Amino acid sequence: MTTRRFWVFIEQEEGQVHPVSWELLGVARRLASQVAEEAEAAGDEVVVEGVLLGQDVRGIAERAIGYGADRVYLMDDPVLASYRNCPYYLSIKAVAEKYAPEVFLIGATTLGRDLAGAIATALNTGLTADCTKLEMGEVKGADRKLLLATRPAFGGNIMATIVCRKHHPQMSSVRPRVFPAPAYDPEAEGEIVQEDVEITEEGARSCILEFIHAKEDTVDIEYSDVIVAGGRGLGGPEGFGIIKALADAMGGVVGASRPCVDAGWISYAHQVGQSGKTVRPKVYVAAGISGALQHKVGMQNSDFIIAINNDPNAPIFEVADVGIVGDLFEVIPAMIEEIKARKEARA
Amino acid sequence: MFHALVAIKQVPDTTNIRIDPDTGNLVREGVPAIMNPYDAHALAAAVEWKHKLNGKVTVVSMGPPSFTSTIREAVELGADRGILISDRKFAGADTLATSYVLAEVIRAIHEEDPIDLIFFGKQAIDGDTAQVGPGVAVRLDFPVVTYAVNIRAVDLDDATLVVERRTERWTEVVETALPALLTCEKDIAEIPFAPLPDLIRSLRYEPEMWTMDGPIDFETDKIGVRGSPTIVYQMGTPPLPEPGEKINAREVGVDEALAFLFKKAEEAGALTTMVGGAA
Repeated sequence: MTTRRFWVFIEQEEGQVHPVSWELLGVARRLASQVAEEAEAAGDEVVVEGVLLGQDVRGIAERAIGYGADRVYLMDDPVLASYRNCPYYLSIKAVAEKYAPEVFLIGATTLGRDLAGAIATALNTGLTADCTKLEMGEVKGADRKLLLATRPAFGGNIMATIVCRKHHPQMSSVRPRVFPAPAYDPEAEGEIVQEDVEITEEGARSCILEFIHAKEDTVDIEYSDVIVAGGRGLGGPEGFGIIKALADAMGGVVGASRPCVDAGWISYAHQVGQSGKTVRPKVYVAAGISGALQHKVGMQNSDFIIAINNDPNAPIFEVADVGIVGDLFEVIPAMIEEIKARKEARA
Repeated sequence: MFHALVAIKQVPDTTNIRIDPDTGNLVREGVPAIMNPYDAHALAAAVEWKHKLNGKVTVVSMGPPSFTSTIREAVELGADRGILISDRKFAGADTLATSYVLAEVIRAIHEEDPIDLIFFGKQAIDGDTAQVGPGVAVRLDFPVVTYAVNIRAVDLDDATLVVERRTERWTEVVETALPALLTCEKDIAEIPFAPLPDLIRSLRYEPEMWTMDGPIDFETDKIGVRGSPTIVYQMGTPPLPEPGEKINAREVGVDEALAFLFKKAEEAGALTTMVGGAA
């Protein structure tokens, strides 16, 4: 009997867990279930396991169990208090060599990207970045199911499915919000396994002298329920005034397409798309956005998409639940009025 | 003397990529090839520090002979030496095989002429993986600082570097030992206008070609397709989304269009979100 381990890196900084970690536990659980039958026939065990590094983070390990981890490997040590590439990748390399996971998922955050490339190289295995679809599937010539990792290529024009045939673990990075978070089960049972940390401060080779928190423009569009995004159709930076007004009316945040960011109308933090953020809000309004593929791949999983565009043939209408052909400078003010009126009626 | 090495890649300008509507294939003809923009900014930073510390800049690139034009562009921007790693046997490399070849080349350069700092762009715009830089750092056993936005200080006597890196949550000021490897955001440096002597030199510049025939040896099972653990199993166009419902406000008027929108939002269960937020 062997144990087929589906691993997720649990990302935390200052004790705050990045929600992509829970989203990936959901993915790992689904992948594990896809091999359950095959594993049972072979007498193998299938488990979902988290890998957590930090200092005083045992509470997070317990939460990971609630999100679906059967077991969490915990490395708790002062040298791991703040994320640094060297101590983190070397520590994870050690546990990965010890337990030989079959699949290893890491969030495609700035931290996760910094880490994933180093781990994959250190373990001499393949890593597929920014996957939008993950399945365990049969591959010709393989004696068991492999991870089919699909990612957009060439700005979203092509979807490429990548397999890592002979090397382990099969690694993928996944952006936040590509997959939904699983429900939290406070009754779930699991095991926390404390692992030794071999690396010392001397081996870290770098130290963080200071953290500078940004003062302004720290919009977090990834986890907002409502996003109102503007595109080239706004005509200039001042066009974002009306976008902001609609976002405020709905309690949402402002997004933008790449051309607006490239033109300097608004900061990169607002950019939605392949080269910006992936989002899946409950309501997404695309105003004056034509709908280039690279934009659509970043927002098409939103629950309800409203597109407003002058051009009836704009590709954005292909992904919109409701498309309004018209002048956004007429439609949006009327929409703001209507929302305000409905709010008052409710109050 | 300060020795910076910059890894650069030539990429198709993805903002200009089109799909043939009949075949669904990528149209490669007429797509301009450019130096990966993040690499160009990384190179500008290397050149800036070359001037500050009276040093030199070596660039390396891996790709077909047509990448020569990008090496020349690097010389125009201030690189002193350009190496093109080019061999058909390297083709089909994934990030692991790519980092192997680059690391072997950089190691050889480092042994002959020690490198203080390696610069990469944060990612290439045609692949967006951001994996090769950290991969090369691991292979060379250099500390890596990703998402670098500002080099504050390079101290060659102490062999230390102070650099700012910008993550999603904050900016970190990191001190790290040299030699080190940076992957750079565009903020790292502005791309300057090329001085005339560099421009003239670049026109005639012939990069050194490093191939499987030399000057260094590569293990054949670590390069190209053979050295790549990942393979492209399937390619396809993205699934077509279900077409949405469209209403023309110019024909029916804004009020009716909005009435339609709010009705659909209600049916989809999105209305509460739209009108439930703070006033």
